[in-house]
Amino acid sequence: MPEPILEIRDLRVKYGNVEALHGVDLAVHPGEIVTILGANGAGKSTTLRAISGLLQPSAGEIRFEGRPAHTVPAHERVRLGIAQSPEGRRVFGTLTVRENLLLGAFTRKDKPGIADSLAFVYRLFPVLQQRRDQLAGTLSGGEQQMLAIGRALMARPRVLLLDEPSLGLAPLLVKAIFHAIREVNQTTGLTVLLVEQNARAALKLAHRGYVMEVGRIVLHDSAQALAADPKVQSAYLGGRK
Amino acid sequence: MDRKLLAAYGAAALLLALAPRFLDAYWVDVLDNVGLYALLALSLNLILGDAGLFNMGQAAFYAVGAYTAAILSTRLGLPVLYALPLAGLAAAAFAAVVARPVLHLRGDYLLIVTVGLGEIVRIALVNDVFGLTGGANGIFGIPRPILFGHKVKRPEDFLYLIWGFVAVTVFLFHRLEQSRFGRALNYLREDPVAAEGSGVDTVRYKLMAFVLGAAWAGMAGSIYAAKMTIISPESFGFWESVILFLIVILGGSGSIPGVLLGAALVVGLPELFRGFATARMLVFGLVMMVMMVVRRQGLLPLRRVRFKAADVARAERERAAARPAPARAEVSP
Repeated sequence: MPEPILEIRDLRVKYGNVEALHGVDLAVHPGEIVTILGANGAGKSTTLRAISGLLQPSAGEIRFEGRPAHTVPAHERVRLGIAQSPEGRRVFGTLTVRENLLLGAFTRKDKPGIADSLAFVYRLFPVLQQRRDQLAGTLSGGEQQMLAIGRALMARPRVLLLDEPSLGLAPLLVKAIFHAIREVNQTTGLTVLLVEQNARAALKLAHRGYVMEVGRIVLHDSAQALAADPKVQSAYLGGRK
Repeated sequence: MDRKLLAAYGAAALLLALAPRFLDAYWVDVLDNVGLYALLALSLNLILGDAGLFNMGQAAFYAVGAYTAAILSTRLGLPVLYALPLAGLAAAAFAAVVARPVLHLRGDYLLIVTVGLGEIVRIALVNDVFGLTGGANGIFGIPRPILFGHKVKRPEDFLYLIWGFVAVTVFLFHRLEQSRFGRALNYLREDPVAAEGSGVDTVRYKLMAFVLGAAWAGMAGSIYAAKMTIISPESFGFWESVILFLIVILGGSGSIPGVLLGAALVVGLPELFRGFATARMLVFGLVMMVMMVVRRQGLLPLRRVRFKAADVARAERERAAARPAPARAEVSP
């Protein structure tokens, strides 16, 4: 097993006096797609936000490529190679699709490289190219999700964090977006950490998975093993099928 | 910058250059005031319009600049135009110190803090802080500026000085809008969390907006001091900050031509309404209210906002035409 690109040890996060994460351990290896499953309030998004730096952990360690990352401010982590597509998409509604994408490359100064990344994102999501001069607020939910992922890819990250990319989307669009994530992973070897409530789709896409319950990891295994696990099936996959 | 806007700027510059030929000294002085408020409102526009930080204490920075220039020129005999950059630096340094601890505040909270800041500065000036500000009487005998051996004294002299500075400011701020810094401020205003998550150092850019806005207000303050030759705390009260806030919101947040037009209306209209005698501020207030109700986005809003409705319509037409092409087909490898 190669060294993990992202490693979390005993991560604790507090909201005020309430501890939301009670010591989370997790490792992601280069080239992997890893998913975190769990119910509402289990701490999935909190974990992701701590990794991207939008939340400050109260204890524990986040290591990226072997170096501590939890002491680095959020905007610097993008430069390190961690980019997040946030929950609820958060695209800039009053800016055009292209301007939104260029924001993703804000930390980069290599103009030809940025143009390459833009072309890459347009190839991945051709609808974004068709709508490049349109205001992002006028896109459909699925298109906005593609834009949010595209924006994160524009930072040319080494780890992509995806927070609920399927949220509020029709099954067909979920399929399309997950297809695109797999394509990026396979063609570029990009490491992906995916937080999902749609466990069935996530386990089909991911190599490995972690299951969270009320602020703890309760289970982790290969995606296939998790999908076959009776407990996971009854709790997250809607029973046997 | 598009051609129409350039033409409008050119026409405005020509009219202003010729104004002293057609207008008496009183109206030229009104134009001077419009120019000063335009400078101040442009400085606030960086903070309020571009970065979206609700600052209702801009008069504090204006005061720091004006007093710096007044003190340097009356006590040290420094020519008042040399004091201009120093006034800007003093206001910028002041902003860096006072803004840093409150930058994490948003919207209404920041607004309340900045109102407090403006009042603290005004009261400090009244209380003759450091024994330098002359208390409630202020500072007298600020020398007139000398430009190319020519003493700037009459309203028309100031017209050229002030509007020359406005022109430089407009040019620089349009450049700034297009820059990485300008884009960062826009992202920040639209969604600070998404900006931070995309690698924009939000604290640094907010602070830079404050510092740069304050520097410009400070320089405008030094011109004001040179024009009036007397400054006192009452010129830098809460009302000044409110007026500047009003100009930016009314003209069109983040829009440079909008802010210029806003300054012309907010400063110029009360003069035009002099015919209403004592009721003129009432009429002025009513006009403001009606304008805000019928045109909330400002008189000359940012391009993006203006084209929004058209964009939506186009998007819907395109989508209707493209149906039934699901996104699935478009992303298959």
